[in-house]
Amino acid sequence: MRYLPLTPDDRAEMLGVIGAPSVDELFKDVPAAARAQDLFDLPLHAGELEVERELGQLAALNRPAGDGPFFCGAGAYRHHVPATVDHVIQRSEFLTSYTPYQPEIAQGTLQVLFEFQTQVAALTGLDVANASMYDGSTACAEAVMMAQRVTRREKAILSGGLHPHYAATTQTIAHAEGMEIVRQSAAVDAEAAVIAAIDAETACVVVQTPNVFGVVTDVTRIAEAAHAAGALLIVVTTEAVSYGLLKSPGEMGADIAVAEGQSIGNALNYGGPYVGLFACREKLVRQMPGRLCGETVDAEGRRGYVLTLSTREQHIRREKATSNICTNSGLCALAFTIHLSLLGETGLRQLAALNHGRARELKAALAGVAGVEVLTPRFFNEVAVRVPGDAAALVEALLADGVVAGVPYSRLDPHAGLDDVLLLAATETTTSDDIAALVAALQRKIGR
Amino acid sequence: MTLHNVGRPTRPQAAASDGHASLTGARGLLQDEPLLFELGGWEKTGVDLPAPEHDASDLGDLVRAAPIGLPGLSEPEAMRHYVRLSQKNHAIDLALYPLGSCTMKHNPRLNEKMARLAGFADLHPLQPQSTTQGALQLMDRLAHWLKTLTGMPAVALSPKAGAHGELCGLLAIRAAHEAAGHGHRRRVLVPTSAHGTNPATAAFVGYSVTEIAQTDDGRVDLSDLESKLSDDVAAIMVTNPNTCGLFERDILEISRLTHEAGAYFYCDGANFNAIVGRVRPGDLGVDAMHINLHKTFSTPHGGGGPGAGPVVLSAALAPFAPAPWVVHGEGGLHLVEEAIDEAAQAFGRMCAFQGQMGMFVRAYAYMRSHGADGLRQVAEDAVLNANYIKARLSSVMTPAFPEGPCMHEALFDDSWLEDTGITTLDFAKAMIDEGFHPMTMYFPLVVHGAMLIEPTETESKRELDRFCDALEALAQAAKAGDAERFKGAPYLAPLRRLDETLAARKPKLTWRPEPTTVAPAPLAAE
Repeated sequence: MRYLPLTPDDRAEMLGVIGAPSVDELFKDVPAAARAQDLFDLPLHAGELEVERELGQLAALNRPAGDGPFFCGAGAYRHHVPATVDHVIQRSEFLTSYTPYQPEIAQGTLQVLFEFQTQVAALTGLDVANASMYDGSTACAEAVMMAQRVTRREKAILSGGLHPHYAATTQTIAHAEGMEIVRQSAAVDAEAAVIAAIDAETACVVVQTPNVFGVVTDVTRIAEAAHAAGALLIVVTTEAVSYGLLKSPGEMGADIAVAEGQSIGNALNYGGPYVGLFACREKLVRQMPGRLCGETVDAEGRRGYVLTLSTREQHIRREKATSNICTNSGLCALAFTIHLSLLGETGLRQLAALNHGRARELKAALAGVAGVEVLTPRFFNEVAVRVPGDAAALVEALLADGVVAGVPYSRLDPHAGLDDVLLLAATETTTSDDIAALVAALQRKIGR
Repeated sequence: MTLHNVGRPTRPQAAASDGHASLTGARGLLQDEPLLFELGGWEKTGVDLPAPEHDASDLGDLVRAAPIGLPGLSEPEAMRHYVRLSQKNHAIDLALYPLGSCTMKHNPRLNEKMARLAGFADLHPLQPQSTTQGALQLMDRLAHWLKTLTGMPAVALSPKAGAHGELCGLLAIRAAHEAAGHGHRRRVLVPTSAHGTNPATAAFVGYSVTEIAQTDDGRVDLSDLESKLSDDVAAIMVTNPNTCGLFERDILEISRLTHEAGAYFYCDGANFNAIVGRVRPGDLGVDAMHINLHKTFSTPHGGGGPGAGPVVLSAALAPFAPAPWVVHGEGGLHLVEEAIDEAAQAFGRMCAFQGQMGMFVRAYAYMRSHGADGLRQVAEDAVLNANYIKARLSSVMTPAFPEGPCMHEALFDDSWLEDTGITTLDFAKAMIDEGFHPMTMYFPLVVHGAMLIEPTETESKRELDRFCDALEALAQAAKAGDAERFKGAPYLAPLRRLDETLAARKPKLTWRPEPTTVAPAPLAAE
């Protein structure tokens, strides 16, 4: 067994030092009734070739996004990641290191986290960011609970434009914490309805832009209404590349911004691992969940970095902790940071503009298909359309033409009554040929 | 019960540098590396992108006007920046990483290669299920392995980390109590030796936490447990093997008493690597247990994550498992993303998509590489290695629980440092100068000056001997009164001891330009 270095002689010698007659003796605290006598009914160990073969066969049963025209978004986006990113994150010193509990020998990870925090604060237009969360959806739930701690109020209003999985995650977790979650009905232009729902009990309002239908919204008025009522505004973004083109949540008055960072530096991975971004105004920092890295000095006065403000955390405060989180998405945050430093200000703006341009081309092409109605007025790189009949069945039918035509809204929320709505995203990886193939396939299927 | 993590010194003590200084401030090949923001240029970029063909005039005043503040690096500059930073990290690929309770073991590169196959990495979570049958099969096989190894009938794959798994398990328990009309059960029992996430999670779900005392031999105090069980208890959370590295000998009794009181038994499975292949938690009466795939099944920690924390569930809790899950149906496997009919009792959803698929692939590759026989050997070697360290170091350090074997980690206290003026922290920092990552310090909280050492199964006897030799030498230096070696340590790391107090008192969490720096000009309109 190639991963186990002990030889039978080693084991015998070690047992001698321990003074135990056999390995079984080391398990003597396990009650006899609970000891498994035989091997479990699972295959025996396999060589590298065999494992590669099995996993290769499984992978081959899937259709990778890059295999042809592909328009799925809805919270996960296919972007090109420079080769440098994956090379660097696979360096042993990053890949196989742990939480930087010993800062003197973890400055690499810590400086990266400090850079990550600064980048996320800049992107979101807020003062401080943490060292990342599990993903965007769990970051959203944590933001709602943070609003409860800050305002000492129990009600959260979730816009109908919030990604249904984010709403469900928040409902599951914040409800357990005793919060009242008011989830508004799904609607393409859902943000207008939010202001009317704000009252004196409201802890926070959660608004997504670009929203799940692709609509970009100026949330300034919602921010004003929330603040007037003493509530916080949480702005959610599932497509982090949009920060390159659009006004930031901070500029529009958000108190907390959360986002899915997968789009920058990270692959689709069938849903995970991803990287949650979390930023807020400085005065709220001690209520922020998750890890924080801070600057300090060493014994010789040299600049260095440490994990800090851990008095909010579970290992110090236990049942009084700000949250139960004891990790971050370290490697995904590293990938995010590397990709973003390769892009820089210029590259990110250009990438965002490219994405928007591709989506404009997509929208124009869709608008030309008889029977397809574009629902999204202003968008970044994703649009919602109404199609004749069931969108899920249409997507399945278009597979025959090699086109993955997007995400039927019913896949996200079967109860919304929006079975004829289809969400389509374009990124810099989408070509004009892809769009032409989509349109041709659509015309064949619904033109009749 | 006294907790022994208070008052540990974190302020650095000034000590003379040992010597030779270079003219540039560099330390040989170990370069000081400025922050990205000090290196990069506002117009510099390391990617070549085509010029956009369409303007953004349709977005009006939603377009960002002010600069973002993101410096860029050319590709070689970026490469050098991050490679230089990487050189300031310790990693399991460099040497033993004996963090108890954290489990740092070899991370096979085969796992990385498999997770990067386009059929897994370039798969969208919402593309049609008919195009992801291989991914669903992998999830199904992983679930089968987890259920078989634990002897449990159901598993929820989606939790994204161990603590997220705890949350999932407790939400299932809460849902089950509520479904049975037992909503009045609002208390969770947690031993004092538990991971800090256990009480935090219970409180998070709205439970009050009652601590259970520990016996002198490091186990749950059964009589204290009995006295605290009543009909308002929802669950007990026990880590087994526990954080003292010991198997809870009375586990069957704990389980029986818990169930008789109408409560559920949550097991923190962080230490599953100690018993995998030898003990099935289902046989112990466990109702829910998270499994840290990154610990037992060797997915990379990456400087703090991502983790993955699937939760196995007993028959009583299975109906409450969160979406999504995989079912066998007509035409192949099917991912149930919302519980409409199949299981209306699902308590909800833990995260947006399917969980940590990339980690599922890595963990499954590790499982297949070991097989049923290898995994049993994993537990045996992990336990053998820990007991070897305990035996070798017992002559110079004081084991917290000298009697009987430990499981996968060896726990020492600081009583052997008495009268030396050296603390656990000082000792740990001196280990860095000897080329080792320190063990876990001051945890578990129930042992004074705790030093928790976990070697794992992927360490050779040679490396263990090297480690024990170094610790023996250090211990002898400590007892010989060579306090300076410890108080000023580390001397040979990229940085000396860092001022954690300053960082917390005056938090500086983002880089900001010095006031004299000229702000970058806004980019010209495109």
